[in-house]
Amino acid sequence: MTVSKAEYKKMAQKASPASTYAKDMLLAFVFGGGICTLGQCFLDLYLYLKLDEKTAGAFVSITLIALTAVLTAARVYDNIAKYGGAGMIVPITGFANSVVSPAMEFKSEGFVLGIGAKMFVIAGPVLVYSTAASILYGLILWFFHLY
Amino acid sequence: MPSRVGKYTIQLQTNPAVLGYAAVVGKKEGEGPYGQAYDQCHADTTLGEASWEKAESRLQNEAVHIALHKANLNNTDVNCIFAGDLLNQCISSTFGLRSLDIPFLGQFGACSTMAQTLAVASLFVESGAAVRAVAVTSSHFCSAERQYRYPLEYGGQRSPTAQWTATAAGSVILGTRSQYPTASIGLQAVTFGRIVDYGIKDAANMGAAMAPAAASTLIDYFNDTGTNPQDYDLVLTGDLGLVGSSLLDDLMQREGKDIRSVHNDCGLMIYDREKQDVHAGGSGCGCSAAILCSTILQQMDAGKLHKVLFLGTGALMSPTSSQQGESIPSVAHLVYLKS
Repeated sequence: MTVSKAEYKKMAQKASPASTYAKDMLLAFVFGGGICTLGQCFLDLYLYLKLDEKTAGAFVSITLIALTAVLTAARVYDNIAKYGGAGMIVPITGFANSVVSPAMEFKSEGFVLGIGAKMFVIAGPVLVYSTAASILYGLILWFFHLY
Repeated sequence: MPSRVGKYTIQLQTNPAVLGYAAVVGKKEGEGPYGQAYDQCHADTTLGEASWEKAESRLQNEAVHIALHKANLNNTDVNCIFAGDLLNQCISSTFGLRSLDIPFLGQFGACSTMAQTLAVASLFVESGAAVRAVAVTSSHFCSAERQYRYPLEYGGQRSPTAQWTATAAGSVILGTRSQYPTASIGLQAVTFGRIVDYGIKDAANMGAAMAPAAASTLIDYFNDTGTNPQDYDLVLTGDLGLVGSSLLDDLMQREGKDIRSVHNDCGLMIYDREKQDVHAGGSGCGCSAAILCSTILQQMDAGKLHKVLFLGTGALMSPTSSQQGESIPSVAHLVYLKS
């Protein structure tokens, strides 16, 4: 063929439809904002029920995670996330979905090698690097407190 | 005996006969534009099985059984079966066909497997190594997703260039022409493609990765045979989808072989792209298998299509190679069918 790799790369870029960034960002803002608003509603509710602020905050996380787990198990979460995009993935609900969905998917390989081994296949890197980042942050903080 | 024409093409002198064919599909495919053409549409994507892999195996098993039934043959009448799929170690084929008791040769050509198995089966029949041979392939959206991408319920977004792996299987039974002189469809020639890699790395844009392989094999075939696109009723590519099909048309135009008036793509045919939310179209071994083994061969039987170049296209990457940053090598195999 007469086309070069560089030429073909340009042709492929031109032929491939790009993501609709403006629409995607707007939807992510709306859905992500919606989840945060829902979280705030739960916080207000728990405070109204006379929980202290720290406990109420933890209860908000637990509620959102439980809701996501139920919606994922009911095969609904991904259908909403299809529209919400990053707005559904970045909040704590996205993390819950990324743990529940492989647990469901790999049930066919059993409780140990399936659910147990594969549950953190997507969330695992987040846990590893967030733990590593917190250690690094702790070290920096410790270093500055020396002086 | 088969004879070589030009550098890459093999002419089948005896014109091996198509004795039977069948396509079995899932729910989404059954709701597609060719829902009426398939032999069986399953409303339940699990096919009542405990795992997606078992469901895919069953698709393949059913495709062979229905084709045998339509050809009025038993499994013992078949000398050899060529089968493949997308799963590691081709388990859909091995588990799906283990009860058939037919000498088995597993094939892997990614989504080009239908063309590959059909081409190899035709050479076995042409050479006399088999009186009757079967070519069968399958793919299943759910088993492919879990191996290549994310869990089904994960809330990730799909890229606009991504294609939807078809839940489908198709099989063709070939027989020696001397025993089946009246069979309407025969195989005239095959061209095995070379591995082509133009540096596309995006596993969510396989159409773009495969288009140069399709162009390369088509050009080889036209050069070897001295024919032109307009000599055929249809140039049917496997699963280039929206992006790959337009790129193939552009590449062929550049080479002076304009195929636009005769080109169609199984990936664009199997779903209603807009209504069924499949982005750039369908893909998977079962995509081209189901389209070929339903509407195309039916139209050839009915005399509506006569000369068809079927070009299976395969992206030969794995999740490992993609994670290691490799580009996507591709291949395309051509089979010339005539009725």
